[in-house]
Amino acid sequence: MIENSLLRIGVPFAALVAFSIPLGLFMARVFNRQRTFLDPVLEPIERAIYRICGIQRSQEMTWREYTGAALLFGAASWLVLYLIQRTQYLMPFNPQGMTAVAPLLAFNTAASFSTNTNWQAYAGESTMSYMSQMLGLTSQNFLSAATGIAISIAVIRGFVRDGIRTLGNFWVDLTRATLWVLMPICVVLTLVYVWQGMPDNLGAYAEVKTVEGAPQVIAQGPVASQEAIKELGTNGGGFFNANSAHPYENPTPLTNLLEVLSILIIGAALTHTFGKMAGDRRQGWTLFATMSLFFLASCALAVWAEQAGNPKFASLGVDQRPLATQSGGNMEGKETRFGPIDSALFAASTTATSCGAVNSALDSYTPLGGLIPMFNMQLGEVIFGGVGSGLYGMIVMAVMAVFIAGLMVGRTPEYLGKKIEAREMKLVMLYVLIFPTLILLPAAAASVIKVGLSGIANPGPHGFSEILYAFTEGAANNGSAFAGLNANTPFYNLVLGFVMLAGRFLMAIPALAIAGSMAEKKAVPASSGTFPTTGVSFVVLLVAVILIVGALVFFAGDALGPIVEHFAMVNGKLF
Amino acid sequence: MAALEVWRLTRLALIAVKLTILLTVLTGLVYPLAMYGLANLFFPAQARGSLVRNGDRVVGSELIGQNFSSPRYFHGRPSAAGEKGYDATSSGGSNLGPTNRALISAVEARVKAVLAENPGVAPGRIPVDLVTASGSGLDPEISVAAAELQVARVAKARNMDPQRVRELVRKYTRGRWAGIFGEPGVNVLMLNLALDRANATPPSR
Repeated sequence: MIENSLLRIGVPFAALVAFSIPLGLFMARVFNRQRTFLDPVLEPIERAIYRICGIQRSQEMTWREYTGAALLFGAASWLVLYLIQRTQYLMPFNPQGMTAVAPLLAFNTAASFSTNTNWQAYAGESTMSYMSQMLGLTSQNFLSAATGIAISIAVIRGFVRDGIRTLGNFWVDLTRATLWVLMPICVVLTLVYVWQGMPDNLGAYAEVKTVEGAPQVIAQGPVASQEAIKELGTNGGGFFNANSAHPYENPTPLTNLLEVLSILIIGAALTHTFGKMAGDRRQGWTLFATMSLFFLASCALAVWAEQAGNPKFASLGVDQRPLATQSGGNMEGKETRFGPIDSALFAASTTATSCGAVNSALDSYTPLGGLIPMFNMQLGEVIFGGVGSGLYGMIVMAVMAVFIAGLMVGRTPEYLGKKIEAREMKLVMLYVLIFPTLILLPAAAASVIKVGLSGIANPGPHGFSEILYAFTEGAANNGSAFAGLNANTPFYNLVLGFVMLAGRFLMAIPALAIAGSMAEKKAVPASSGTFPTTGVSFVVLLVAVILIVGALVFFAGDALGPIVEHFAMVNGKLF
Repeated sequence: MAALEVWRLTRLALIAVKLTILLTVLTGLVYPLAMYGLANLFFPAQARGSLVRNGDRVVGSELIGQNFSSPRYFHGRPSAAGEKGYDATSSGGSNLGPTNRALISAVEARVKAVLAENPGVAPGRIPVDLVTASGSGLDPEISVAAAELQVARVAKARNMDPQRVRELVRKYTRGRWAGIFGEPGVNVLMLNLALDRANATPPSR
C-alpha cells in the first residue's frame, strides 16, 4: 500500500520533470521568435491575425504599454464573455433551451474566467448553453492562460535584458502562447480524452430509461475539448458542477493522471524557460527545486490525512482500512476510481497551481486534508503556480529572498546581476501585501455580516473554513471551492468578482513594473561579493521566505478554521 | 501630448477588441468544432456519451451510475446528485464537512440499511465507499469489497450459484491502470446487465 502511494505520487512527478524540460526549452524558442517545427503550419495563421488586427510584430512595448495592453485585452475579454452569457438564448448550439444567465452571475463568471480563476457560482449543466461553453468559456480558458504566460515572459525579459526599456510585444506573446503552446497540446489531449470516454457532442441531453425502469436524463456537451485546456491552462472551471469528479470529465485513472500532469506542466516548464532565457539554466532549476519541495510535501500530507479517514466513521462500524479490495480512507465526496490517493494528489496539484479543478469534494475532506489545499494557495500560488502567474510570483519571492539575505550579510542585493533597489523593494512589498489584504479583509467581514454568514453550509469551524477558502481561492485566482458555500448571492457574486479581478491585475501590475525597472538597469558582472541565487542554500532561503510570508499572515485564520476543527474531530466533537 | 496619449490608447483598445474577437472565434468555435468532428470520426461511441443499450432500449451510460434498489441487483454508492440521487443533470457531492452531525447520522443510517439488506455481514466490516456519497453523485463503480458484500444477497434473490455471481463480479472489475494508478472498481450497471443476461427469468418461488 505504501509502495503504491509512493509510486502514484512519484511517477507523475518524474513525468513532470521529464516533460517540463523540453517544453520549457521549446517555449524559450517560441517567445524568442526562433524556428520551431510548428512554424510551417502556424506562421501563416499568425501573420493573418496580425494583418487583420493591425499589429506590428516587431514593435516593442515599455512595461506601461505592455500592462495597458494586457488590461485592455482583459477588459475586452470580460465584456465579450458577459455579453455571450446574457445572449445565449438567442444563439445556436442550445438544445436544452437555456435562458440568459442572470446579470450578477454573468458578471461574476466573466470576472472569474477572464482572470483565469474559473470559480463557478453556477452549475454548468443547468446554466450554460453549448455556445456559452465553447465560445464563452473554452475560449477564455485559452486566452486568460495565454495572458498569464505572456506576462511571465515579459517579467523574465525584464530580468535578462540589459539596459533596454522594453519588455516585448503583448499581442505577439499572447498570440504565440495560444497558437504554439496551448493549442497543439490540447488537440492531442482532447483525442486521448475522448478515446478514454469523455463525450464531445452537441446533442440534446440523453433521455434514458434505467434498468429498473426509472427515467434518467444524462447531460452531454462538447466536454473533451474544454477539459483539455481546463487543466493545461490552470483554469479549472468544470463543464459540469462536479468538475473532474464527474465521470464524463475524468472517466479513468489515465485521464486523471493526464489531468494532473497538464495542471502542473506549464508552470513547471516556465522555470526552465526562465533559466534558458537568463542564460543560466541553474537559475531555473533552483526555482523548480523550491517549487517541487512544497509540492511533494503537500502531496504527502494531503494523502496521509485523507487515507487516515474520519475517526467517527470507524465507531459506526465502517471499514476504512486500505485493502486489496478497497481504497479505504475518507471516501465522502470521492470517486471509487480515484480513492483518497489520486484525489489528494489532484487536490494538492490544483492548489499548488492556480487551477482549481477538483476530482473530489474538498468541502468533505478531513480538516487537515482540506487545510493543505488552502495553505498551498495562501503561499501565494508559487508552487508551479498558475500558468505564468506562478513564475512571476516566484521571481518576486526570489527578489525578496535576496533582499533579506543582503540585509543579513550586509551585501548589496542583486538578482541575475541586477541591483535590487528601493523602488523594486517597494513594488515587491506591494505585491506581497495586496494578496493577504484581498483575502483576510473580506473574509473577516463576511464572517460577521448576515449576507456572508447566510452562505455557510456546514456548522461550526468548518463554516468559517468555507468563507476563508472562498476568498483565498478568489484572490489566488484558483477557483476550487469548499463548494457547500452558497456563493450565488449578490454579496458573494460581487465581492468575489472584485477580489478575483484585483487578485489578477493588482498583482500582475507590480510584477510588470518590477520587470520594467529591472530591464532598464545594466547588469553588473558577478563578483566575490555576489550572493549566489542558485544551489541548495538559496533554495533553503527561498523556502523560508515563502513560508514566513505565507504562513505568518494566514496562521490565525487557519487556526480558527481547519486547525480547530481537526482537534474537535479527534476529540469526537460534532457540530 | 495628451492628444497623442489618447490616440495611442484608442489604437491599443482597437487592437485589443479585434484580437479578442479573433482569438475568441479561433479558440471558442474553430477549435471545439474541429475537435468535435475528429472525436466523432474516430471515437463515435465515446463522443456520444458511452450510452449502453439493452436490446433496443438505451438504459444508461457506462460511465454514469444509476439507482438500483431491488435485492436482485448490485447497488451503487449513495448519491447526493439531485433529490433522489443519480440525477445526471445535477452532479455533485454532499459537501458535508467531516464534523457535521448531518454527515455522521447519514452514514449511520446507511450502515443500518446495509446490515438489514445483507444479513450475515460482520459489523465493522462495511466498506467505506458503500456508505459515503461520491464526489460526482454519479459514480458508476463500487469497490471490490462493496461488491463482494452484496454477492450473497444477489445470488439468493436470483436463485443463482454465488460462485457464478462472484465470477461475474470478477469479470466486470477494472484493475489499476498500468498496475499503479487509480483504485480497482466494479461497474455496477454493466455487472447488473450481465446478471440479467445470465439469469433472465425472475427466480422461481
